[in-house]
Amino acid sequence: MTLTPALEMTGVSRRFGTTEALRGLTWSARAGEVTCVLGPNGAGKTTAMEIATGLQRPDEGSVRVLGTDPWHAPAAHRARVGVMLQDGGLPQSVRPVRLLEHLARFWDRPADVDALVMRLGIDAYAGTTVRRLSGGQRQRVALAAALVGRPEVVFLDEPTAGLDPHARREVHALVRETADSGVATVVTTHSFEEAERLADRVVVIVAGRVAAAGTVAEVAGPQGLETAYFALADGSAR
Amino acid sequence: MTMPTRDQHGSAPPHPGPASATVRVLAQARFEAVGLLRHGEQLLVSMVLPLLALVGLSMVSYPDLTVGPWADARRIDVLTPGVLALVVMSTAFTGQAILLAFERRWGVLRLLGTTPLGRGGLLLAKAISVVLVLVAQLAVVCAVGVALGWRPEPIGLLPAVLAVVLGAGAFASLAACLGGALRAEAVLALANLVWVLLTAVGGVLLPAHALPAPLGTVVSVLPSAALGDAMRGALVDGTVVWTAFAVLLAWALGAALVARRLLRWSD
Repeated sequence: MTLTPALEMTGVSRRFGTTEALRGLTWSARAGEVTCVLGPNGAGKTTAMEIATGLQRPDEGSVRVLGTDPWHAPAAHRARVGVMLQDGGLPQSVRPVRLLEHLARFWDRPADVDALVMRLGIDAYAGTTVRRLSGGQRQRVALAAALVGRPEVVFLDEPTAGLDPHARREVHALVRETADSGVATVVTTHSFEEAERLADRVVVIVAGRVAAAGTVAEVAGPQGLETAYFALADGSAR
Repeated sequence: MTMPTRDQHGSAPPHPGPASATVRVLAQARFEAVGLLRHGEQLLVSMVLPLLALVGLSMVSYPDLTVGPWADARRIDVLTPGVLALVVMSTAFTGQAILLAFERRWGVLRLLGTTPLGRGGLLLAKAISVVLVLVAQLAVVCAVGVALGWRPEPIGLLPAVLAVVLGAGAFASLAACLGGALRAEAVLALANLVWVLLTAVGGVLLPAHALPAPLGTVVSVLPSAALGDAMRGALVDGTVVWTAFAVLLAWALGAALVARRLLRWSD
């Protein structure tokens, strides 16, 4: 396994009017690892993900994904990055398999859509339009959309939100396998259990700053991740 | 079950690159065009209602459409170019504004912006899809018009095509201004209201010459009236109505500039 930084975010700040969403954020993610980004609502996790995927431009600081500034990234760079947005980003009046087959056409050698569909259980509702899917079913389609280009880096914004325990376990297995195949896998989550189960490294963001980063053991210490997290969140809030 | 990112021997194959820009854009254009043609509510506004207007207004003599430069023309010859203009307005403005607003709401624009298609490719694909859908819709209206007795002036076909292109550009840019800036529900209401108003008194079906002087003068500089007049001038008389083309060009350029400032990719 290589430990090449696939994502490097250095001193990144982002303001929305008078609100400072990110304040000098510095963190990295490596190829072949799952990096879980934890933080309370409004901490800046999604803003950080959107900057990493080129959807937002930082006001200050430097961002490199696979050595490229995502804001100015060409198609060749975007072909190497998979994205699952928190709101899904799925057209509503199309069936999941047709959507995935369509998205696959943006790559020259995409993933096997049938295998991806089977793996995520999407075949069970292949004939239903996205509009009529449950939240959890849409999550799985959005996850498949992020993986259909066989990315080198994948950003998953709360991939298990709304999933039942069985589906969550399947997604965890897929995320783990994705990372084990060499993909730098960045996951935002509110779940300590998910972070402890999945993460090679954890980044805790509180009020737009990195409050802690490292392996789960390093961040959690002897008291466990949940206790450490609340200590970090409450400490930064004070 | 094997992991999709690995081959059957368990080793990861080389990561893919992007498909060619042409393949990406045409794939998205086809996807959008098929979506537009399958969308029932959209087809109602952009196809069914214009066809009803064509058939219905061809069977009655009120309102009087043969006014101004077209006072001596046959009713069906004045009516059909107006219906063609109505189809352009419906598809390029109403349909695109509503689609754009809801795609912003659902995050579709943001997601596609992160793929190899990118934002520029998406906008180009949308433009191509509008052209593809318009070709199909205009062909149907032309066929129905001919069946009802419409005889267009052949020499005016080229200026009519140019008017359609300019009109589609102007209305699509206006759609980007509206659908790219306001909330989806507001766009849904406003786009349909504007469609009703422009269809009724916007100079599309009923030439601006038929309206009372102050109103007619104002309406004549609307893109709807300009497109209607450009189509009628081309297909009734085989002439180029330069003022109408100038108005359309001004709307197309102005709206495109405003859209560049207003268009937001997320809700």
